[in-house]
Amino acid sequence: MKKHKIDLSRFGVIIAWIILIIVFAINNPAFLRSSNIFTILRQASIVGVCSVGMTFVILTGGMDLSVGSVIGVGCVGGAQMLSSGVPIPVAVLVILLMGAAAGTFNALMINQLGIAPIIMTLGTMTAMRGIAYLLCGGFAVYGIPESYKVIGQGYLGPIPVPVIIMAICFAFGWFILNRLNFGREIYGIGGNVEASRLTGVNVKKTIFKVYALAGTLYALAGLMLMARVNSGQPSSGEGYEMDVITGVVLGGVSINGGEGSILGVVVGVLLMSTLTNGMVLMDISEFWQKFVKGVVLILAVSLDRIVQKSKEKAV
Amino acid sequence: MDNEILKLEHVTKKYPGVVALDDVSIGFREGEVHAIAGENGAGKSTLIKIITGAVEATSGSLFYNGQELRNNTPEKTLNMGIAAIYQEFNLFPALTIAENIFHGRYPKKHGMIDRKTMMQEADKILQDLGINIKASEQVKNLSVGYQQLVEIAKSVTRDVKVLIMDEPSAPLTEVEVGHLFEIVERLKKRGVTIIYISHRLEEIFTICDRVSVFRDGKYIQTMDVSDTNVNELICIMVNRELGQQYPAKDYTKGEKVLEIRDLCTDLLDHVSLEAYRGEILGLAGLVGAGRTETARALFGADRYKQGEILINGESVRINSPSEGISHGIGLIPEDRKKEGLVLKLPIRHNISFAHLNAIKRGGIINMEKDREASERYIGQLAIKTPSCEQLAGQLSGGNQQKVVLAKWLFRDSDILIFDEPTRGIDVGAKQEIYRLMVDLVRQGKVLIMISSEMPELIGMSDRILVMHNGKVMGELQKEEFSQERILTLASGIEEDYSGENAG
Repeated sequence: MKKHKIDLSRFGVIIAWIILIIVFAINNPAFLRSSNIFTILRQASIVGVCSVGMTFVILTGGMDLSVGSVIGVGCVGGAQMLSSGVPIPVAVLVILLMGAAAGTFNALMINQLGIAPIIMTLGTMTAMRGIAYLLCGGFAVYGIPESYKVIGQGYLGPIPVPVIIMAICFAFGWFILNRLNFGREIYGIGGNVEASRLTGVNVKKTIFKVYALAGTLYALAGLMLMARVNSGQPSSGEGYEMDVITGVVLGGVSINGGEGSILGVVVGVLLMSTLTNGMVLMDISEFWQKFVKGVVLILAVSLDRIVQKSKEKAV
Repeated sequence: MDNEILKLEHVTKKYPGVVALDDVSIGFREGEVHAIAGENGAGKSTLIKIITGAVEATSGSLFYNGQELRNNTPEKTLNMGIAAIYQEFNLFPALTIAENIFHGRYPKKHGMIDRKTMMQEADKILQDLGINIKASEQVKNLSVGYQQLVEIAKSVTRDVKVLIMDEPSAPLTEVEVGHLFEIVERLKKRGVTIIYISHRLEEIFTICDRVSVFRDGKYIQTMDVSDTNVNELICIMVNRELGQQYPAKDYTKGEKVLEIRDLCTDLLDHVSLEAYRGEILGLAGLVGAGRTETARALFGADRYKQGEILINGESVRINSPSEGISHGIGLIPEDRKKEGLVLKLPIRHNISFAHLNAIKRGGIINMEKDREASERYIGQLAIKTPSCEQLAGQLSGGNQQKVVLAKWLFRDSDILIFDEPTRGIDVGAKQEIYRLMVDLVRQGKVLIMISSEMPELIGMSDRILVMHNGKVMGELQKEEFSQERILTLASGIEEDYSGENAG
């Protein structure tokens, strides 16, 4: 029983990714330089951290649009605390707790009132963005201490710190999903809520944990973004929800919940980052970049479906 | 052959690695109700798909009204008068019955949909079928049974000649089944040929004229229903002497483990019962009598308002399934796909789901232990699957039921509640489930079984409580079991059961 079958259903996205790499490498040899590879990874890091949280949420059959706004509040709030002299660990802790609180609030309304997650988080997305602007009156916050920038701009040896944070988050996500009861419960709820409940899963508690954890990860991403741009911009993180969801879905996580893996999401996120980087190197205009990203999403997902369908036929 | 409306000649359907239908020749007469019987995998669904044109036969030919049909598609066959009703409905829940019936060919006036005519005609169709609902009702507000009837109404308006019904009675209550049979009779009188597929063999003897048996993709034989009986039919279906349909009971009644006193919910009215080791307690009653509700309240799936539950003499309060589980209760629910299993996940995941702490090492889930646990139960319960990584949704009904059971065995649950344990399961697998149940009693488990199949309930139970309208109407000991007695109690004709003196 040692035969481990390779899951063919993920091939579509991996093939698409490899093709992209080949095309970009042929076009510009600088693409494969290690410095550029680290750039790709660093650019992926913020979306990558968020995608772990989003993966949890979507696996339960939920949706979380509040990601970008939590980043925004994290950025502004964090920058304000740091610029007014609050010690770094305290500020970091407060922001992470803020993220957890935002997620808990989402879960509370979803659990107790049965509001659809996409609607509930649409509300928090808008309200939190408002908070980000209210906090700073619409002006960017500067004056972040030098020592904090490490989180966004530092290196550990040749590896950028944000990349390490992303890697830790992915590993952490994989560990939860594959090695803890919590992970099994997430898959169970996404696959069949009622059966999970009747198997003894405390569904509401699990949902709470999922959204709170996701919020915390978004806040962490906000802290990273603040260090990267060296300021607290109230608009930061705007539109990230789409990048994050795209990465997760590209990675093969079923929007209906219960199916998908962190490893797939890693590929999904890296593919998007590779695409952006390669197009920048090729000097493709930003308008075209948007268009191409959308097309790639559709192509990759279609390829997946085709592979899956042929697999179903073979059964 | 006399007036055969539909005929298959030497039809073979091959899938990669499997021959689903093997050189099948069969004819259906005009205006007959023709049952197709066979175990799961016998080729029944493939047969339907070929008739409706959903799949193409590898070889062989199909004749309809003496004409050969080629390049069949479901659309073409539907237009020619061949319709099928599947277990999964093709209805639009948010639309009205009338809109569903006339979908795709709405009556029009000035190029716009003529709602008034549509409603009138739909009402008339429903009336003709003896269905007592308004056509303006939204489909989502209907019970499963009525939705089924809407499906039938839909095909009837298309002037069908051949109607295929795949397990039409599976989701229905007894009253609804009665309704269904009436409609089948009406259609038959109109000259419609009905191909009827059901796991419930008694039904075949109630409403069908002829029955054809399939086994392993082969057509075996066709008989007049009046010339055969259930036992013979089963023998032909499984091609082996089944012997005793229910396993011998070599166990003796032990101590009392469970006692429920005066349990009340919105639907239950002071339900009391006792369950013992070494005994299968049967719960009888019509649909809605409160059997499933009792089980769910006991397990913690629904809240109870008042009443006491004693397990091993100790009073416990059960507020959630996880509390029920920790008190040693396991529920094998009526609808295993919706309530028992996570179909998208592997067998492995499903089996260990109720007892994740048992597959851990150092606080972390250990894949080896997980696999070992699953493989142990796959072996013990003879679950037919290539590996424990197979998705639960890809198993047959009987094997799915075994996975649900394995979940509770792995959790080491002491009190097992089987709610309709053999629904939708073929004959061979049913007997396996019966054998497993008897094994469990022998091992000292406490079993409670809810079943709407009277023979099964009588054959398997050692004691039966009959419920009606949320109340326990009576208790029958083994020697008092009879279908009539149970039915009288279940229909609420006899007075309330009061205490011990009803034996």
